[in-house]
Amino acid sequence: MTAFIIRRLLQSILVMLTVALVAFALFRFVGDPIASMVGQETTLAERQELREMLGLNDPFIVQFFTFVSRAVVGDFGISYRLQQPVMELILSRLPATLELALVSGFFAFIFGVGFGVYTALRRGGWLSSSIMTISLIGVSLPTFLIGVLLIWVFAVEFQWLPSFGRGDVVDLGGWWRTGLLTESGRASLILPAITLGLYQMTLIMRLVRAEMLEVLRTDYIKFARARGLTNRAVHFGHALKNTLVPVITITGLQLGSIIAFAIITETVFQWPGVGALFINSVRFVDVPVMAAYLMLIALVFVVINLIVDLLYYVVDPRLRVDRAGAGH
Amino acid sequence: MAEIPLLSVRNLVVEFPSRRGTLRAIDDVSFDIAEGEVLGMVGESGAGKSLTGAAIIGLLEPPGRIAGGEILLRGERIDNLAAEPMRRIRGKRIGMVFQDPLTSLNPLYTVAEQLIETIRTHISCTERVARERAIALLDRVGIPAARRRIDDYPHHFSGGMRQRVVIALALAAEPDLVIADEPTTALDVSVQAQIIDVLKEICAERGASVMLITHDMGVIAETADRVAVLYAGRLAEIGPVRDVIQAAEHPYTQGLMGSIPTLTQTDTRLVQIPGSMPRLDAIPKGCPFNPRCPHVMDRCRHDRPVLIARGSKREVACWLYEAVREEVHHG
Ligand SMILES: Nc1ncnc2c1ncn2[C@@H]1O[C@H](COP(=O)(O)OP(=O)(O)O)[C@@H](O)[C@H]1O
Ligand code: SF4
Ligand SMILES: [Mg+2]
Repeated sequence: MTAFIIRRLLQSILVMLTVALVAFALFRFVGDPIASMVGQETTLAERQELREMLGLNDPFIVQFFTFVSRAVVGDFGISYRLQQPVMELILSRLPATLELALVSGFFAFIFGVGFGVYTALRRGGWLSSSIMTISLIGVSLPTFLIGVLLIWVFAVEFQWLPSFGRGDVVDLGGWWRTGLLTESGRASLILPAITLGLYQMTLIMRLVRAEMLEVLRTDYIKFARARGLTNRAVHFGHALKNTLVPVITITGLQLGSIIAFAIITETVFQWPGVGALFINSVRFVDVPVMAAYLMLIALVFVVINLIVDLLYYVVDPRLRVDRAGAGH
Repeated sequence: MAEIPLLSVRNLVVEFPSRRGTLRAIDDVSFDIAEGEVLGMVGESGAGKSLTGAAIIGLLEPPGRIAGGEILLRGERIDNLAAEPMRRIRGKRIGMVFQDPLTSLNPLYTVAEQLIETIRTHISCTERVARERAIALLDRVGIPAARRRIDDYPHHFSGGMRQRVVIALALAAEPDLVIADEPTTALDVSVQAQIIDVLKEICAERGASVMLITHDMGVIAETADRVAVLYAGRLAEIGPVRDVIQAAEHPYTQGLMGSIPTLTQTDTRLVQIPGSMPRLDAIPKGCPFNPRCPHVMDRCRHDRPVLIARGSKREVACWLYEAVREEVHHG
């Protein structure tokens, strides 16, 4: 178990270093950092001096090391555009993105598993067939189109829900502003959460359905029926549990994609999260923000991966270390 | 005749509707199993042994269905029961042991969880009582240190041990009949005999009848009281094990007997039956065995042989024996 964790940690560090290299390369190849920092009238000598002072003339490896060691403590420098520490900017925007991602992930999981199980058990029923057909639309429509359609129907036509922004927020302890505690905050969350979660929900649903049908054909399900267990016990006690083992992995990993895909949804709904921040930083070639965002997304993926692996370990007893002398 | 058999299968027909017409996988099969009796069922792979078992326990997989005949348990029909009453019969009155112990147990639950769940489904008792019962069962099927091992997961057990667990599960609610579908085929040869012994002993102890499906005549010879020989979904011959083994009457059974190496007979010849069993969509007219039969006659190619009683205990579906009982036969 410990060896397993250590191995996974080392792998994670390697992944992060690779992403750091890409992020670092942004500084070197996307625009000239000096040009972004100084005004037009700065002389060449002054620029050279600044270059020396910032360590831009140091060997590549030294610069990379400096970048990584600063990144580790959360120092990504100052935003070119907003003239604020990048980390501060990101932290102030993070709660909005995380709340959106977690809420849509949660509902994608609940409805995905629910519909998946239903369509697997009622295979061929008209409701199952309808759900499957509608889900096809969910997978094939692009996110921004779904967002725009939802805005049109629920915000413009019916005027039930707000079409942009986060509503009123409440400050929790000075570092987390939540929209979950106000009515306008919750109302504002609904459309973006559906937009962001719909694709994941259909994905989870199709996965659960396929996996469940597979499990229902196994010998241990046949044997469970032959023992006279009730349908309920067979479907939800045995089949669902075995279905969820692989589903957990994928769903967990989906959470990473949800955060990454939030860029589009945040743009459509003008949601003040890190995704929107990133899009703006790209527009202004605000390299420190872009680099930090890349690293953040990578970190999210790596951490989720790690948690999912550990979860897998907890759920599936076969992966646990055999008790000494037990297997014979 | 006076006593009602525990299980009675009357003219069973199992069909699979398909696009290219209906396939008849079991055709007019009848047999009884008496209380406490062990009936062996033999036949090549694809003969319909598993389907017969599945039909009895009500677990035919759609589109497969019982298209004719009746199945009676202690004289009451169970082939037309609704889902819920049939579920209550499974496990409680008819237990089932499948072929592969490695895949029969749910890998995510401990042996204790699976046993207790089964016991409490059929017998109302507390978790603690069920657990004690489960431990006693495991002990009885020969799991060493049952009290300690019961909380292990299936993958902690070897194949032979897992099949013992499966047997414990099949017997957890004390069924009157156990259908064992090739219970040792997937196991190491060294443990096969032990598993058969355990199964036989426990069932004998509890007075449970057994339908033992296998393609191993050796196992039948040592275990069963009577044997039914299935060929292409039809009964070829049925009778007491000793009689059938010593003097098989159906040419197919004679061929099968030739392939038991352990049998010591004076005129031992290893009879190999040429050819193979027909597919369901190509069963020949008349006797399904006629293309492979060394004694085939003209009639065999047109008329399907009916089961002919041979003495009070044996029956055989072969025209060779028709002449002998012509006067008794009244269609
Ligand atoms: N779902 C199915 N559809 C069509 N034919 C089937 C199906 N299941 C079994 N069969 C056929 O029924 C016959 C009997 O199968 P089975 O009872 O499993 O044989 P065995 O004697 O080996 O246990 C085989 O020929 C098999 O091909
Ligand atoms: S009925 Fe004819 S073909 Fe069939 S087994 Fe008897 S002799 Fe052979
Ligand atoms: Mg079989």
